[in-house]
Amino acid sequence: MTDKRQLFSGNEAIARGAYEAGVVVASAYPGTPSTEIMQSLSHYPGVYTEWAPNEKVALEVALGASFAGGRALAAMKHVGLNVAADPLFTAAYTGVRGGLVIVTADDPEMHSSQNEQDNRNYAFAAKLPMLEPSDPAEALEFTRLAFAISEEFDTPVLLRSTTRLSHGEGLLSLGERQLGPIKLGLVKNPEKFVMLPANARKRRIELAARMERLGRFAESTSINRIEWGKKERGFITSGISYLYIKEAFPEASVLKLGMVYPLPEGLIKAFAAEVEELFVVEELDPFIELRVKALGINCHGKDVIPSRGELDTYKLKKALGESEGTALFEPAAIPPRPPNFCPGCPHRGVFYALSKLHVFVAGDIGCYTMAAQKPLSSLDTCVCMGAGISGALGMEKALGKEGQGKVVAVIGDSTFLHSGITGLIDIVHNRGCITVIILDNRTTAMTGHQPTAATGVTIRGESSPALDLEALCRAVGVKHVYKVDPHAIEATQKILKREINRPEPSVVIAEAPCVLLPEVTSKERTAYHVDVEICQGCGACLKIGCPAMEWVPLPKGSSATARKRKGHALISSSVCAGCGQCTYLCKSDAITREAAHARQR
Amino acid sequence: MQDSGNILFCGVGGQGILLASNITAAALLSAGYAVKKSEIHGMAQRGGAVVAHLRYGKEVFSPLIELGTAHMQVAFELMESLRYLPYLNRNSKVIVNTQRILPTSVTTGVEKYPADVPEQLRRVVPSVFAVDALEEALALGEIRSANMVLVGCLSRFLPVPEGIYYELIREKMPAKLHQLNSEAFRRGREIIGSDAGHGSEQSTGSSN
Repeated sequence: MTDKRQLFSGNEAIARGAYEAGVVVASAYPGTPSTEIMQSLSHYPGVYTEWAPNEKVALEVALGASFAGGRALAAMKHVGLNVAADPLFTAAYTGVRGGLVIVTADDPEMHSSQNEQDNRNYAFAAKLPMLEPSDPAEALEFTRLAFAISEEFDTPVLLRSTTRLSHGEGLLSLGERQLGPIKLGLVKNPEKFVMLPANARKRRIELAARMERLGRFAESTSINRIEWGKKERGFITSGISYLYIKEAFPEASVLKLGMVYPLPEGLIKAFAAEVEELFVVEELDPFIELRVKALGINCHGKDVIPSRGELDTYKLKKALGESEGTALFEPAAIPPRPPNFCPGCPHRGVFYALSKLHVFVAGDIGCYTMAAQKPLSSLDTCVCMGAGISGALGMEKALGKEGQGKVVAVIGDSTFLHSGITGLIDIVHNRGCITVIILDNRTTAMTGHQPTAATGVTIRGESSPALDLEALCRAVGVKHVYKVDPHAIEATQKILKREINRPEPSVVIAEAPCVLLPEVTSKERTAYHVDVEICQGCGACLKIGCPAMEWVPLPKGSSATARKRKGHALISSSVCAGCGQCTYLCKSDAITREAAHARQR
Repeated sequence: MQDSGNILFCGVGGQGILLASNITAAALLSAGYAVKKSEIHGMAQRGGAVVAHLRYGKEVFSPLIELGTAHMQVAFELMESLRYLPYLNRNSKVIVNTQRILPTSVTTGVEKYPADVPEQLRRVVPSVFAVDALEEALALGEIRSANMVLVGCLSRFLPVPEGIYYELIREKMPAKLHQLNSEAFRRGREIIGSDAGHGSEQSTGSSN
């Protein structure tokens, strides 16, 4: 018999916790490492789930559901909370009706992010309680508890995860779903829900009183606990770091904080008084350390513990001088293997065309950010969702006439709907002449293919009206909107050149589905191949960086050929997706379709 | 065989590494162990180097393997077996698939693919099992079964009754794949043979 218990990832555990807590509305925008929370929750009955166009909308949807008395959840990656910060700070004033939990999944080490901001700082800045589980079992338990705290204290509650919790797996003990105690319905209460200055000032006082009550709760809740061991060393910690301490120093005393804001000051003082040497162990910022020191307690923290990147058991031992004598193997000198566009990816065609046009490419967030890498090297900025379009306008305005025709903005379909539309409005309204390229691959590819408003299906696969990107751009006031097939590089390049030089705003929609979508993978593909006899060995086809394309050097001393070539190109028929982009690069027509090798993918 | 262990899975995005670590984790769970697992999603999956940590024992805290303490490494791609050396030690056992997947820096001729991977590996870790899982999978008629061949190889080193794996294949995979994956798994076990626990050096197929 196999064990029927299942491993749950931290994200799946949060989803399970929300389901058990009786959540009725949940909204998110996909973002690593948070994506699987909403994906998983969408499979539970009785919960309305959705992909919102961005995190601000997701939080507002959840807040609205809470105002209507329903338990609600919004989930996002750490930088998503920046987008949602506007409603976040004022939701702290209004408080809630139904419990409201906001999950922020941080990414220390930047496995899949542009920064590694520590979102515990939001709890302090927005005056909101924050819980931080250590493993999937706690992720479930703390999510349930967060809803109870939210209603008891009339406040949104932040739940913080990190990559290693979200994508780590462990066992859970499952419970039953239980609906929240608040009755669904609309209740007019302007003093609470209408944050006019006069009302907000009153709520501000309420907010201060609430934080004091939460401070007392932090002293008594069982999720803040002391595990006494040897008292030579004591550790104050939370989240994933707790597990590394248990692993590295199993005999030490630990104050484990499940609630990282507000902190239990009394408990911290009592713990500090009993241990000889006190260490605060936390990833990223000295969030707890600074507050411990503010209590007048002497402790170690970032003087020994790294403040950049993730921690692990080894780093902790090393920081405390306990890894001496363990000689590790040196890393081998091997070529790096960064992520790359898939074989047949439509983005490759657009960026190859751009590389030939010698323009500055203001880029954005998505798979296509990888175009910054060699050999394409044709994406020049990446800051945050939407910054490519608005940044391009700023460059144009700064450069004046000099900048004309030198800057282009590139953005994915999902990112455009998230934060690009407002930038495009700015271009039109303020008489810019930027060309915006929308890479429309019909999905949010990087995070695992979530549908967007333009895909025409919801998270549950129900059909919904598909947003028309072309009509949207025209409605904004862009007169020149053109669609291109990015696999047809020559035509794409021609249209891009024309539009970039046009002294008016324009949008080029590069339309081709992501090669990982079922609509593409289910089709029979015919691989291309290089005729070695015709190939001149010029290497032009390699400049597209396709994983199916390989350079084969001629053996030394071989003089079989009259041409002075050093080798030839080769297409791996098992890797080739049959997109044909490489045929536009070959000047000697050596690349042809390999009908005899048609294969089912 | 140990009653606790750290297994590092590594390879290239798209090779079925996460599925292999999932099946192995479920098998250890069914055999009564506490199990924790950690992996990375998102950008890294697009053809980049992929790694998953799996730990089992009576009680497991950290989901990450401490440097220098991996008992087993299963490398799904030849060169990737060298990327995580700091996780290994002299007593680690390494199963390495001899399949080569060239990174862009190599296909474009900028860098060279290392020529002597199993030898480099054996210089630091004596117990290396080189397996041509792709060849085995091709012989079974489906290249995507290569990961189950490797799960079969790994199973020889784990305290899990063989039958549990077959049950898991039936429970977790679509019916049309049961026979294929069971055969791939069985083939992996055959390749390693029954003396895996003794850490003897073995190699099958070409070692490139």
